[in-house]
Amino acid sequence: MLEVSNLKCVRGERPLFDGIGFRLESGQLMYLRGSNGAGKTSLLRILCGLSPAEAGQIRWDGLPIKELGEVYRRDLFYLGHYNALQEALTVDENLAFYAALAGAIPSETDTASALARLGLRGCQGRLVRHLSQGQKRRVALSRLMLNGARLWVLDEPFVALDQASIELLASLIAAHLDKGGLAVFTSHQQVDIGTVRPQVLELKA
Amino acid sequence: MRSVGRVSVFMAVVRREVAVGIKQKSEVLTPLFFFVIVASLFPLGVGPESALLLRMASGVLWVGALLAAMLSLQRLFATDYADGSLEQFALSPAPLTLLVLAKVFSHFLLSGLPLVLIAPVLGLQFGLDARALGVLTLSLLLGTPTLSLIGSIGAALTLGVRGAGVLLSLLILPLYIPVLIFGAGAVEADAAGLGAGGHLSLLAALLVLSAFFAPLATTTALRISLE
Repeated sequence: MLEVSNLKCVRGERPLFDGIGFRLESGQLMYLRGSNGAGKTSLLRILCGLSPAEAGQIRWDGLPIKELGEVYRRDLFYLGHYNALQEALTVDENLAFYAALAGAIPSETDTASALARLGLRGCQGRLVRHLSQGQKRRVALSRLMLNGARLWVLDEPFVALDQASIELLASLIAAHLDKGGLAVFTSHQQVDIGTVRPQVLELKA
Repeated sequence: MRSVGRVSVFMAVVRREVAVGIKQKSEVLTPLFFFVIVASLFPLGVGPESALLLRMASGVLWVGALLAAMLSLQRLFATDYADGSLEQFALSPAPLTLLVLAKVFSHFLLSGLPLVLIAPVLGLQFGLDARALGVLTLSLLLGTPTLSLIGSIGAALTLGVRGAGVLLSLLILPLYIPVLIFGAGAVEADAAGLGAGGHLSLLAALLVLSAFFAPLATTTALRISLE
């Protein structure tokens, strides 16, 4: 369970938002909306613990995320605007590295089937540098399937994806929620995530 | 709850960095060639006066190694910062300090160690004898990891800053002074019959000290850069 109370964020001199609060239970989805510059990315980064909040608290299963540290980071999967892939390495090398970083070693077949589901069959040995934007995004997203995290924080996950991939990602998120996972995401496109009714949080610029 | 094996995370980072180094050979070879050329220009410029060259040798080689190490420092975190990997590092269950230590160790492997290995060859140009070459190599072996460690603080502080390269040199070169003094001094002390033991011990002490403190400072600087 993710509880956020009275969150305040200031960028430079400008207050971005104040008094943000919500509560996300197992199996629930949060859809973060707002125009450019409203602070969506800032809020997501604060939720992950990357940026400090000016005021307010974030609790995971009842405990502040600062105190949880490693425990929270193990439950968290964050994908920002960047794909976080080392361009000089192959798809396989990138995925194996992140798996090792998370302390898991997915089998070859896990990786292969995750990539195949995203339409990247046969891309394992290719250098990330040689992939298209959309393919890189899908490689980054394949980590969702190889990661046991309970809380998914996704910043514009649908950008650069084709229609089929958008539907697939939506079904992945729906399956994750079904298993009792939580997800927070931003998107400028209207995307239906299965039959789930998301909580909507609107940030005003 | 399964704890992440610290050693396996460390090794995973080192493996990744080495794999990148192998694929982007120019990044590894550029500092090395720089070192070779700088060290070779001195005998050409100063002339074939062997007594003078002999006296300059350790100083020139050490300054060359120091500048070569600086060359590659700028890219220590820059790529990971630009492509978002650094965020993932910070959010991984493993402590960021451990990942930083692994990155710095890889930097030593890819840019410090080659300098150490080629230094004896360059030392021959200055007419150093076998004993002096041994001391020089040993001093570089103890000193270059310290250069990577101290340099990582500057690399982290200048992330995303305009003109990071120059700023990095201004920040870090003064901090390299003790390493330079004891490193270059080791060869001279040995030649003067005083023994290099004292200098080498101090280099080792600097290494231990920076291995403990530098990753902490670097981690803090990286977190600030990521905010």
